[in-house]
Amino acid sequence: MNSNLKKINIYAIYLGAIILILPLIAFFINAFSFRWFYPQVIPKELSLQAWVRLKLIPKSGQRSFEGFIDLWASNPAVIKALINSLTIGFLVTVVSIIIALPAARVLGLLNFRFKKLIIFIMVSPTILPPIAFVLGLNINFISLGFSGSFLGVCLVHLVPIMPYVVLTMTGIFANYNPDFEHQARTLGANKTKTFFLITLPAIAPGMVVAALFAFLVSWSQYLLTFLIGAGKVMTLPLLVFSTASSGNPALTAAISIIFIFPAILILFFTSKFVSGESGATSGFGKI
Amino acid sequence: MGGERLKIILSLTPPLLIIITLFFGGILYGLLQSLGYQPAIGKYDINFSAYYNVLFSERYARMFWTGLGLNLWVSFASTFLAAVFALFAALAIRKTFFAKTICNFIYSLNLPMPHLVVAVGMIFVFSQSGLLARFASQLGFINSPGEFPVLVRDKYGFGIILAYIWKEAAFFFIILMSVLQSLGENFEELAQSLGANKWQRFRYVILPLVMPNLFSASIIVFAFSFGAYEVPALLGVIYPQMLPVMAFEFFLNPDLNARSEGMALSIIIALIVMILVIIYFWLTQAKIRKD
Repeated sequence: MNSNLKKINIYAIYLGAIILILPLIAFFINAFSFRWFYPQVIPKELSLQAWVRLKLIPKSGQRSFEGFIDLWASNPAVIKALINSLTIGFLVTVVSIIIALPAARVLGLLNFRFKKLIIFIMVSPTILPPIAFVLGLNINFISLGFSGSFLGVCLVHLVPIMPYVVLTMTGIFANYNPDFEHQARTLGANKTKTFFLITLPAIAPGMVVAALFAFLVSWSQYLLTFLIGAGKVMTLPLLVFSTASSGNPALTAAISIIFIFPAILILFFTSKFVSGESGATSGFGKI
Repeated sequence: MGGERLKIILSLTPPLLIIITLFFGGILYGLLQSLGYQPAIGKYDINFSAYYNVLFSERYARMFWTGLGLNLWVSFASTFLAAVFALFAALAIRKTFFAKTICNFIYSLNLPMPHLVVAVGMIFVFSQSGLLARFASQLGFINSPGEFPVLVRDKYGFGIILAYIWKEAAFFFIILMSVLQSLGENFEELAQSLGANKWQRFRYVILPLVMPNLFSASIIVFAFSFGAYEVPALLGVIYPQMLPVMAFEFFLNPDLNARSEGMALSIIIALIVMILVIIYFWLTQAKIRKD
């Protein structure tokens, strides 16, 4: 009886896993098939047509190294959006880590008045919906000239990312022992040297995870980029959304695959850090 | 002491400045606009007409209240179902079995996946010409795509709920797995040796132990699904429409009065989220204390 129950449990788990992975299977079939009409389950012919139409793969006959370089150098929309997404994500991540580092140290190691209030202010963007602030900010940014600019989009991405990076790094500093720094200082190391030789190695693993997920939060931002970028800053999520609304499944699937690639990569490399105990996980709720 | 205080202030100012100017500044500006203060079109007087229009006017009231109903239904249903699904998955998966690592990876796979992509995935799988409809047709359950139930872009929000379950179950799953791992099996073995059966071990041992984490994760999920735009925009219908999509469309309306109403709606959404989170917090804290 008991072993039967166990078997049922395990089959249920396998079934759940198959169901969970169905969208991913559908993405790949859609992106690499041609005329995948209802009611076929397995496509009759494979094709790279979606990728050719997105100008990511040259037409057959031109698929040499030069062919690829020429095509990509012609700056197709997907490549442009990909570069924008990567640049914004990278800049925002670096800036948020630099800003969060001293704040997290203070919040993690010291006790002071208004600390609870400050943490409350800091985390409020994780509970209140982005639509509540971005509509007002949109009008403000138009009058300040940030609207439709790269800088404006970077600034607005800092809002969902900042609380999450500060919280994660506060968690790291809460388990950090600053005595090692005092020892290094008494042994004659200067401030910079102490930071790079003592502090940084101690906080690096947690910081890398915080950075990777900060990048993902920026990477998946649709609403904020759309409203502040005012259609002038094209990123991958904007492209996925507009292609999905226009209803071509092959093109949507192909762009989506590019869009989810870093996510899967990051999960793969960080899966051993990712556990509910680390503050890093709570940021996922916002992606 | 003075030096330390200066250090604290200097360290905390940059992130606080970002949150206060951009986030709270945006909310404040939205609030002013929703109260009719629109210097751009020469309106400076404060009034509540945008709120009145959204909540009670003949034109919008029906839209708003059905939208609110849909919002509550979608957020409660998806948070609850995702949590239950993840709880059973986590309980079953922590035992050793064949391909456990792969299953673990698949169950966490949707964690870093953007919501937008999950929504597109739901269209590919659950639409009337999607993967499941094709399976059903091959197996002879349906003769034409029209016979497959409408599960995305449906008026009951099923597609939206499915997308949130897909995505947030992974979030719950990761949190539960780590709680269960850190607890080990000692408590359960103890309960078993005292004669507790499977259900009793689940109800009186495991559930109270994972509840605090489950509660705090569900606040995040609930608040997110209540105020998010992308998923209902892709998987919803025009009527009934979830409130964030409604607010966004009011805002983009060329009529500048609709813009005030969009702002009012976004402030209402934020207020409702705040109130619900406070009630939820208060209830669960009381419950945890009682347990």
